[in-house]
Amino acid sequence: MTRLRPFQIFILVLLLACSARPALAQLTIEITKGVDAGLPIAIVPFEWTGTTPPPQNVAEVIEADLVRSGRFDATSHDDFLEAPHDNTEIGYKNWRLLKTEALVVGKVRSVAPDRYEVRFQLMDVYKENQLAGYQFVVDGAKLRKVAHQISDIIYEKLIGKPGAFDTRIAYVTVQHEASSGAQYFLMVADSDGYGAREILTSKDPIMSPAWSPNGVRLAYVSFEGGRSMVYVQDVVSGKRQLLAKFQGLNSAPAWSPDGKRLAMTLSRDGNPEVYIMQVADGSLKRITNHLAIDTEPAFSPDGRDLVFTSDRSGKPQIYKVSASGGTPQRLTFEGKYNARASFSPSGDRLVLVTNQGSGYQIGVFYLANKALQVLTDSNLDESPTFAPNGEMILYASQIGGRGVLAAVSSDGRVKQRLRFLNGAVREPAWSPSNQKL
Amino acid sequence: MRKFNIIIILLAASLALAACKRTPVQDGVAVDDAGTSIGAGADGANASGLGADGSTTGSGLGGSGFDGDPLSKRVVYFEFDSSLMTPEAQVIAEAHANYLLSNPGVSLVLEGHADERGTREYNLALGEDRAKAVAQFMQAMGVQTSRLRTVSYGEERPVALGHDESAWGLNRRVEILYGN
Repeated sequence: MTRLRPFQIFILVLLLACSARPALAQLTIEITKGVDAGLPIAIVPFEWTGTTPPPQNVAEVIEADLVRSGRFDATSHDDFLEAPHDNTEIGYKNWRLLKTEALVVGKVRSVAPDRYEVRFQLMDVYKENQLAGYQFVVDGAKLRKVAHQISDIIYEKLIGKPGAFDTRIAYVTVQHEASSGAQYFLMVADSDGYGAREILTSKDPIMSPAWSPNGVRLAYVSFEGGRSMVYVQDVVSGKRQLLAKFQGLNSAPAWSPDGKRLAMTLSRDGNPEVYIMQVADGSLKRITNHLAIDTEPAFSPDGRDLVFTSDRSGKPQIYKVSASGGTPQRLTFEGKYNARASFSPSGDRLVLVTNQGSGYQIGVFYLANKALQVLTDSNLDESPTFAPNGEMILYASQIGGRGVLAAVSSDGRVKQRLRFLNGAVREPAWSPSNQKL
Repeated sequence: MRKFNIIIILLAASLALAACKRTPVQDGVAVDDAGTSIGAGADGANASGLGADGSTTGSGLGGSGFDGDPLSKRVVYFEFDSSLMTPEAQVIAEAHANYLLSNPGVSLVLEGHADERGTREYNLALGEDRAKAVAQFMQAMGVQTSRLRTVSYGEERPVALGHDESAWGLNRRVEILYGN
């Protein structure tokens, strides 16, 4: 082999940089802190039967999902002593030697043009029995979705909680162009960052995306009309509706669990107050009534209560109020700034932005004992959003002065950074669990 | 020879960069999901010409304004998490209120902003509080409410992009924008 001259290497690097370009809009996720000992699992590359290779490597997607959760240690493929594709081919001793506890085997078979049969089995290496096994038949475009669903099944079997791999995230990106000024994009991507798509582009700011409980619609704030107004957009059809354009602020939309109501902040009656709007007819009920700022409402999972931010005590703190109105009750007392709280899916905790004296971090507030646990350590963290299984919290942070997304497990033990190659990223919103195929 | 190499490098580099530009951007490709697709394509909302540029840019104030004249200042600044007008802010607002009182055809947009610290929705409310504080100050001087419009951009439109007090101090502001 001839040695490459420096300039050839230089060109090669440039070309490699180019080949990565279509992925620029994508994000990549890296674990910055994992659990000390994840569950040892081996994912054997699936057997492929067909002519042209399938558009997605299902086993690879599953392995990336599980590793990204921080809960698993994937056994290195280099150490594999065999490559079984179903339970009859497994020599369990070979896997016990590698200290692997769980084994995933499977097959992908072409059954028609662009139709694939995917089957997998999750095996307990020590008990030598099957923990889960499923078969799917899907189009090529749905192979990644099937892989995420398999990851969800494996996660639930082994960790004991539902997975959140077959979900999506919405977020806002901003690009500043010297010639045209700022461009704002409302984006939707799979939970692993794959398949990012713009669903709204604007020269004016876009804020506060919020998923409807069925994962089909996004409520958000856009300034395209010269000031903040609340819109609801169907992410499937792209159709959208201007829901709130009252005088003053129209902001901070939050869905009720039944998807029929939107809590939001309006200043139509003079100063920022929390209202609940019936989405069907636009009728409003005012919930708060105070000269201070009341904003950032969020429904409890049972739909009965709201938490919101108010500076009625002088500084922003979290309050709780019945969704039918009444006297708010202050929840947070620790720290000089607590804001933008939202409930965990089980309703026992709030995630919020807190300032304990050194910048803004993500905290979890336990409703039972009113204890506040700070989970992150940067100084401009904001916009936390729970995964639908309550296991991870996605939030916005800054690295080197640029907006990035990061995730932390709700116990603080696992941390991830989501990297985008250009533009600033902010305001993530994790979708509810997707419907089945 | 060395010169020749450099030329080759530059040529190849520009070719490579040009190749970058031609990389197809996957716009409007449907994403499958539960049997449906994300309509981010041609008929999606991104295709509609959003951003009607609703912001009002300040036009020139005829004649007046030398350095030190409060009327030449179109921005008033605030302390962190506060919408109280500082003495300096009051002097500036007073000058503009007097201008409005002697020029009946003129109206103002007061655009409130916040620094990046704290949450975005709270800062949007804070920006509005600041804009309203200036409006109320001017109303107290006799300016009709109908001539003052308030709008808040919260922390979404910083003028200084840094992440320290010098940038934050410039971003905690109300811009006084003249229009009609």
